[in-house]
Amino acid sequence: MTALPDFALAGPEILLAVGALLLLLFGAYGGEKRAGFVSGLSALLLIIAAVAVIVGRDGTTFDGAFVVDGFGRFLKVLVLIGSTLAVIMTQRFAVAEKFFHFELPVLIVLATVGMLLMISAGDLIAVYLGLELQSLALYVVASFHRDDGRSTEAGLKYFVLGALSSGMLLYGASLIYGFTGHVDFAGIATAAASGQASLGLTFGIVFVATGIAFKVSAVPFHMWTPDVYEGAPTPVTAFFAAAPKIAAMALFVRVVMEALEPVKAEWQQIVAFMSLASMILGAFAAIGQRNIKRLMAYSSIGHMGYALVGLAAGSEAGIYGILIYLATYLAMTVGAFAVILSMRRDGVMTEDIDSLAGLSRTNPMVAYLLGIIMFSLAGIPPFAGFFGKYFVFAAAINSGLYWLAVIGILSSVVGAYYYLRIVKIMFLDEPKGAFEPMGGEMKAVLGISGLFVAAFALVLGPLGDAALAAARTLF
Amino acid sequence: MPLLTLTTFLPLAGVLFILMIRAQDEAAILNIRRVALITTVATFLVSIGIWTGFDPKNPGFQLTETAGWSGSFFAYRMGVDGISILFVLLTTFLMPFCILASWESVQVRVKEYMIAFLVLETLMIGVFCATDLVLFYVFFEGGLIPMFLIIGIWGGQRRVYASYKFFLYTLAGSVLMMLAIMAMYWESGTTDITELVNHPFPATMQWWLWFAFFASFAVKMPMWPVHTWLPDAHVEAPTAGSVLLAAILLKMGGYGFLRFSLPMFPLASVDLAPFIFTLSVVAIVYTSLVALVQEDMKKLIAYSSVAHMGYVTMGIFTLNTQGLQGAVFQMVSHGLVSGALCLCVGVVYDRLHTREIAAYGGLVNRMPAYATVFMVMTMANVGLPGTSGFIGEFLTLSAAFQVNTWVAAFAALGVILSAAYALWLFRRVVWGSLTKANLKAMMDLSPREIGILAPLVVLVILFGVYPMPVLDATAASLEALLRSVHAAIDAAGQTASAGPLPLIR
Repeated sequence: MTALPDFALAGPEILLAVGALLLLLFGAYGGEKRAGFVSGLSALLLIIAAVAVIVGRDGTTFDGAFVVDGFGRFLKVLVLIGSTLAVIMTQRFAVAEKFFHFELPVLIVLATVGMLLMISAGDLIAVYLGLELQSLALYVVASFHRDDGRSTEAGLKYFVLGALSSGMLLYGASLIYGFTGHVDFAGIATAAASGQASLGLTFGIVFVATGIAFKVSAVPFHMWTPDVYEGAPTPVTAFFAAAPKIAAMALFVRVVMEALEPVKAEWQQIVAFMSLASMILGAFAAIGQRNIKRLMAYSSIGHMGYALVGLAAGSEAGIYGILIYLATYLAMTVGAFAVILSMRRDGVMTEDIDSLAGLSRTNPMVAYLLGIIMFSLAGIPPFAGFFGKYFVFAAAINSGLYWLAVIGILSSVVGAYYYLRIVKIMFLDEPKGAFEPMGGEMKAVLGISGLFVAAFALVLGPLGDAALAAARTLF
Repeated sequence: MPLLTLTTFLPLAGVLFILMIRAQDEAAILNIRRVALITTVATFLVSIGIWTGFDPKNPGFQLTETAGWSGSFFAYRMGVDGISILFVLLTTFLMPFCILASWESVQVRVKEYMIAFLVLETLMIGVFCATDLVLFYVFFEGGLIPMFLIIGIWGGQRRVYASYKFFLYTLAGSVLMMLAIMAMYWESGTTDITELVNHPFPATMQWWLWFAFFASFAVKMPMWPVHTWLPDAHVEAPTAGSVLLAAILLKMGGYGFLRFSLPMFPLASVDLAPFIFTLSVVAIVYTSLVALVQEDMKKLIAYSSVAHMGYVTMGIFTLNTQGLQGAVFQMVSHGLVSGALCLCVGVVYDRLHTREIAAYGGLVNRMPAYATVFMVMTMANVGLPGTSGFIGEFLTLSAAFQVNTWVAAFAALGVILSAAYALWLFRRVVWGSLTKANLKAMMDLSPREIGILAPLVVLVILFGVYPMPVLDATAASLEALLRSVHAAIDAAGQTASAGPLPLIR
């Protein structure tokens, strides 16, 4: 405690936090007309932070509370990409719907700082601080369209349930601290390994798992997801679906793999159950949806279930699978939302799936790319989603979780049905009239993510190497 | 030169060209058709290079190519052996005919149609060339996407239902195979097929893996009772789509049994042969009977395909030379015959826009050339000596006779039944007097249609009287396969007890 902590390791986070505050000042004094400028600067800030994360070095600082390692850096880059794209995709939509204020991009940046802290957390206090910084920003963002009843409702729901889950997490953390005497992950691991798992520690694990499960929207703590996804402004939904999910999953991995690895038997069954329940519910509940945002909500519940398969495996192969899965999930989600954000006809946004009818004739390129993304979400090779599923299920098989793998993979067939329905609506149904032309930035986002998903087999080499190196740092 | 990669991905080059054609007018559409035709012909010409570079004496994989895929569990490995080369050639050979068959019948969304077919060709060739399990799976599953669109967009009345059924049925079967592939990787440390065939999997594990692969191939084949997607998909698909479905996609199941189930899980294959025999015989007899009562021509052909695939599965699991050779021959022959029959149905469908048998009758009066082609193909479907259909059925039946007389006896019943439904179909459609008014204006085969059907007729008769090109090409690989299977069985017989079912020798 003598010397100052190594601030340089937390460079990207400090940069973002300071930058966000400066942007806030800039916006507050400049007024609403600077909102576009703030938005551009926020995106730039996030990109710079991503570069800083890539070129940064590994290490531990703040007495072990802040960890920078390959695993964290990999996921931080994903989170920053997700946030950057969210900022880029927000402006056009928010301006058209008349809720574009300069606070919106700043709040996204602040939420991102929280996510980066979550990913780097080395003890339970850092976990909570990161989680709350993220969540508080997200609550506000969810209700950002304040003249819209649905948006405020979504924000309120998210806040009440989110606060409850944060409380549970905090309670669980205090139990773990009480029964092991440590808040840092290494200390908890040592204490847990020394004796048999006490009942108190198991209780703590259950509560912490509950809290985090809420953040990744794993069943049975998923109820808020469809309502918040539907109610929140669509660009915010796009943001919710990608970056926070990745950060929460990273947190989950870190807590159970670093702190609770010695008591694997205690949490493995919890994770396996949540994974299984999420996959099944995600597959069946989405079938009846007519609103594409609700459909994406159930879809993301299912996908978090697949990612949790890798965590249930609890092995290096499993973590590798999660990393690949999250990378593919990010690309697919962002690409799909680029289309959803452009579903505007006669000046009115539509969220009805049927309004995509005949898209392959009114706008073939968009239909092709969205079709590829849908097949990828369904896990059909040769697209990205297949490889993500392949690696998490391979890890499950390796860890002997056969029943989880079999039921999970069969639920993916059920899930394929509703992704196919979107393809069917786009390619098989008669056109209902064209959407307004997509914005340039939407086209770019859709094009890049679509190509990434389509040609994933070609980038799997370098990406896989990076993910493997990242997964190794946890072991 | 990477001949296999070139053959596999050449159709994608055609896709790029087609994508560049932006105009919508008549000339542009003609260009799209031409590009597709030229691409498929070029692919066929390149694939002849595979045939000339192939040494039939060598039982192993030839023309192999490998590219690393670091950081992941698998690699890009390609190669052909005596089993797969025929299917590669069958695919490349049939593709130009498919494009030609769609020349006039497909008028809407031609660009997407041709793209879907070319992508499908790449994936089909890839299935037969891949010598890596995961790569195989990628091609195998990827084929669902273009076929889903082909059935769904250009299909008949119930196309949406049929395309969903096709997709979900096949997917459900295949995902279990994916899990088995993972388990095999962890057990053996590789997904290279050449290494996996030499890896002795534990007997209990073989059973599980065998069933997982069976789930996939049985649906694809399709075997009774999971065949119900085929009549729907087959009927609703456009003509060229049903040609590929019957001629190539169904063969992936039989190919999978030969490539994976037999050499990798020999113990389970022997133990479960009676199970396969039962399903095969049921398929042969039951679906033949079902075919008898069909009122839709394409549906009848679909059920007859299921019955003919029954001979294939029966032949494969006899585990003797005649059976395996007969199975491969039957698949090649069925590819040509069923493809041609679908084209024959397509010919009259293009004119009258119905596939209902009752709508026709007495076509021979107006369409003598058509009647001739249809007759040859009907005879081949029945398995008349002198046509390719006979060789496959004869070999598989004689193989089955060596193993189990009852199986052979019941399967032989199918030969009679196939004569019944095929000849009856022919009588109702072609013979008789021309009474229906709208048939009186029917035109005989156009030069384009003759060009499509004539090569198939020639090949069906050629292979019927001189089957050696097919049998020679496959002999070495199949012999090696059988040797390794029997060696594994003998080794297991000496060390461990037999499985739950008695071994068949």
